[in-house]
Amino acid sequence: MKNRSFLQRIIGAPYVLWAAIFIVVPLLIVAYYAFTDPAGAFTLDNIRNLTDYGTIFRESIVYSVVATLIALVLAYPFAYVMSRKREKTQQIMMVLVMLPMWMSLLILTYSWMGILERNGIINSLLAKIGVAPLNLIGTPAAVIFGMVYNYIPYMILPIYSVMSKIDPSVLEAAEDLGSGSASKLYRVILPLSMPGVVSGITMVFVPSVSTFYISQKLGDGKILLVGDVIERQIQAQNNYNAGAALSLVLMVLIVLSLALMKLFAGEGDDNLYV
Amino acid sequence: MKRFASILLAALMAAVPLTASSCGGNTSISSPRASYTKDLAGTTLNVFNWGEYISDGSEGSLNVNKAFEALTGIHVNYNTFDSNESMYAKLSSGAVSYDVVIPSDYMIERMIREDMLQPLDPAKLTNYDLIDDQYKNLFYDPDNTYSVPYNVGLVGLIYNTTMVEGTPDSWSVMWDEKYADNILTIDNPRDAFGIAQFLVGVDVNSTDKADWDKAAEKLKEQNKVLQGRVMDQVFAKMEGGNAAIAPYYAGDFLTMVGNNPDLAFVYPKEGTNIFVDAACVPKNAANYEAAMMYINFLMEPEVALANAEFICYASPNTAVVNNPDYEYYGEEILYPDPANLPPTEYFHDIDPEIRSYYEKLWEGILLAG
Amino acid sequence: MKKAIGNIFVGIMYFILYLPLLIMVFFSFNSGRSTSVFKGFSFKWYAELFTNSSDIGIPVRNTLILATLSAVIATVIGTAAAVYIYYVKNKAWKNTLNTVTNIPMMNPDIVTGVSLMLLFVFVGRLMGALNSLNFFTLLIAHITFNIPYVILNVLPKLNQTDPHLSEAAQDLGSTPTQAFFRVVLPSIMSGVTSGLMMAFTLSLDDFVISYYTTGTDFQTLPLYVFNMVKKPVKPNIYALYSIIFLLVLAVLLFTNISGMKENRKDKK
Repeated sequence: MKNRSFLQRIIGAPYVLWAAIFIVVPLLIVAYYAFTDPAGAFTLDNIRNLTDYGTIFRESIVYSVVATLIALVLAYPFAYVMSRKREKTQQIMMVLVMLPMWMSLLILTYSWMGILERNGIINSLLAKIGVAPLNLIGTPAAVIFGMVYNYIPYMILPIYSVMSKIDPSVLEAAEDLGSGSASKLYRVILPLSMPGVVSGITMVFVPSVSTFYISQKLGDGKILLVGDVIERQIQAQNNYNAGAALSLVLMVLIVLSLALMKLFAGEGDDNLYV
Repeated sequence: MKRFASILLAALMAAVPLTASSCGGNTSISSPRASYTKDLAGTTLNVFNWGEYISDGSEGSLNVNKAFEALTGIHVNYNTFDSNESMYAKLSSGAVSYDVVIPSDYMIERMIREDMLQPLDPAKLTNYDLIDDQYKNLFYDPDNTYSVPYNVGLVGLIYNTTMVEGTPDSWSVMWDEKYADNILTIDNPRDAFGIAQFLVGVDVNSTDKADWDKAAEKLKEQNKVLQGRVMDQVFAKMEGGNAAIAPYYAGDFLTMVGNNPDLAFVYPKEGTNIFVDAACVPKNAANYEAAMMYINFLMEPEVALANAEFICYASPNTAVVNNPDYEYYGEEILYPDPANLPPTEYFHDIDPEIRSYYEKLWEGILLAG
Repeated sequence: MKKAIGNIFVGIMYFILYLPLLIMVFFSFNSGRSTSVFKGFSFKWYAELFTNSSDIGIPVRNTLILATLSAVIATVIGTAAAVYIYYVKNKAWKNTLNTVTNIPMMNPDIVTGVSLMLLFVFVGRLMGALNSLNFFTLLIAHITFNIPYVILNVLPKLNQTDPHLSEAAQDLGSTPTQAFFRVVLPSIMSGVTSGLMMAFTLSLDDFVISYYTTGTDFQTLPLYVFNMVKKPVKPNIYALYSIIFLLVLAVLLFTNISGMKENRKDKK
């Protein structure tokens, strides 16, 4: 298989080079700022100061985990139904999943604010049928909803893309052998779709942890997540050092969370990645 | 799929020129006060300004940049920023060279101190006599060497008359438990602190940490009555009657009251913040002469009028203020009679140590509620 | 019955996905200046987009050029990278690659943006440029944050393919390159497509990284909208996005109807 290893090297070269320059070098810049003071001298203060942020880190992770789980629970059956449609229909459905996201997060969030406001569309409709208004905007639920809404396409697509590949005859075979729907799902489809699920979880969880716009707008500026704090440090104070330290620690937490997930999702399966 | 993608892109690209084409609209000024030459035609001018902060031709207004291009042949690259600080971040890194930037007073003070700006050429700014004297020789640029005022604004208190009893005249209403959960504040530390500082009677530019602690205590008390901390959401919140009380910029109140006549406005008696945004030229500008022309152009009566009507903030330009055709001519909220106006304070650039101190306090306030 | 439940569920999901867009389209017809208080029905914001001299067409064009270019380049590099990662035998190297791939996603956008800006400024200074940032730095930044999404879409598909397939093709006399294009690529195509879609979407939507990596002459639509933070979004932005939305829907319908006709012909 010498041939393949040659092809292998060629095919990977652009990315390895790209990653080295545009991913690893900026990461080193972040690390440099995390361990220096504004004058450029080495210090551990930035990291030490992070002890104040324990609650924020914990809350950010909790919000994102909840959002990711909800997204998974909704996206999985969605992707399943989608993958059972005619191929043409599947393509339309796929575009229709992504299309709202082409309208800019800013505009969509704005629109949601109008829907969830106290005198917003939902509460106006409720008032018409005589139901007391709900407290929607400014609550943790609104922020989590915003995360699910914005990132669910990133869960649906990888799961769908893997499911569409599952041979229908496998499912039929399982049915013939008398598997009920639940066990069919559990024993056959779930394991086969696992790689897509893992990708989806990564693509929903990771950006959720570091978001700032959704929590600011749908949380009425009262729900502070770590993305917010970093944004405020860098944007408002031009304090790259503190921002870099926060972001470095966040990265470590994400890597740990993903490793944990890997442990649960597929022990010893080296096709899963962190 | 491939078909879809390629047809889609073709369609989108084809649609763009439709919107980009300029027919109609207002792209020239009729009688420039200063004289403009085409000497610099073909060169490029890079301008960096706040978002939505120049008359852009919408709703029949004057397109200031197009008009400047028509007059001088200089191509304008116009870019926007969302805060003084993010503008500073980009400029101070040396990443880009802008010819004209329009920051606020305290940021100009800081940029002068850090040697990031260059002196303007008074001989080229022939329209400068139009600028109201009260906006000359201000603290950030005592000799008017580096900046020309562009816009002036005041912070005041907006309230919904159907939700608030009587006519509040003090910032203290923002702490009133009667209106718990219906009170908004501005989502940035300097403005939020400013309100508390006026209320407890300490200097907004204090260098004494104890003063900031005092204001922070006050702000912490506010947490339990606060509905939220907002920026642009304040429009939807107040227009839709979703909140009763919010501090914001006077000019923006005029926009809001147009959508909700129940709103009213007051300058609280303890005092309030005034700010000036002014045009400057950074040290590394590449087209200094064009920058002078552009800044002079911004002071043209017609241009300044279009901008004042588009932005809705007060104009420092006497040709606008004294023009009876000006949409906000004699508007009491934008141009309050100094006799009725409570004390006003500019925010000054603050020592970095104090700045990180109050930012830390601010974070504590956010975390506490 | 089960099918019906599935369809109802999918229908509800689509409804929620499209609800804010319906609101957006509704308020784009507002005769007032607000996007929250409806004053009356009017086409004025649409008329304005097509007739007046406002400059919004340029950011739209910029955004589309950037999103298309960065998505295509990221898809090519990312797909190749996924194939490479898939074949890597050394576990440590594989883990390193996977972790590095995730970094652009893990960093908050503002950190990615600032760190890339600092890198570009450093290189720009070495080259003595007045403007270290320009369209290409913006493009590089977008490709960088797009690549991980492509890889994460393609890798699961590779894991699903039969590893012996490509070998079998080679045994039958194909060169490795032929084997890749004829056997491997078709079997991972749906992953490549969804990766491309995501990359395009992300690029269309980004404003934080774009702010820090763009130069003086290239502003995108999200940046234009985001920088209005002190001012309300006006219905003209809603009208603009409504047009884009309807255009995409129209093209989607058109390609599918014409596609269906072709399919019928193909069947002979």
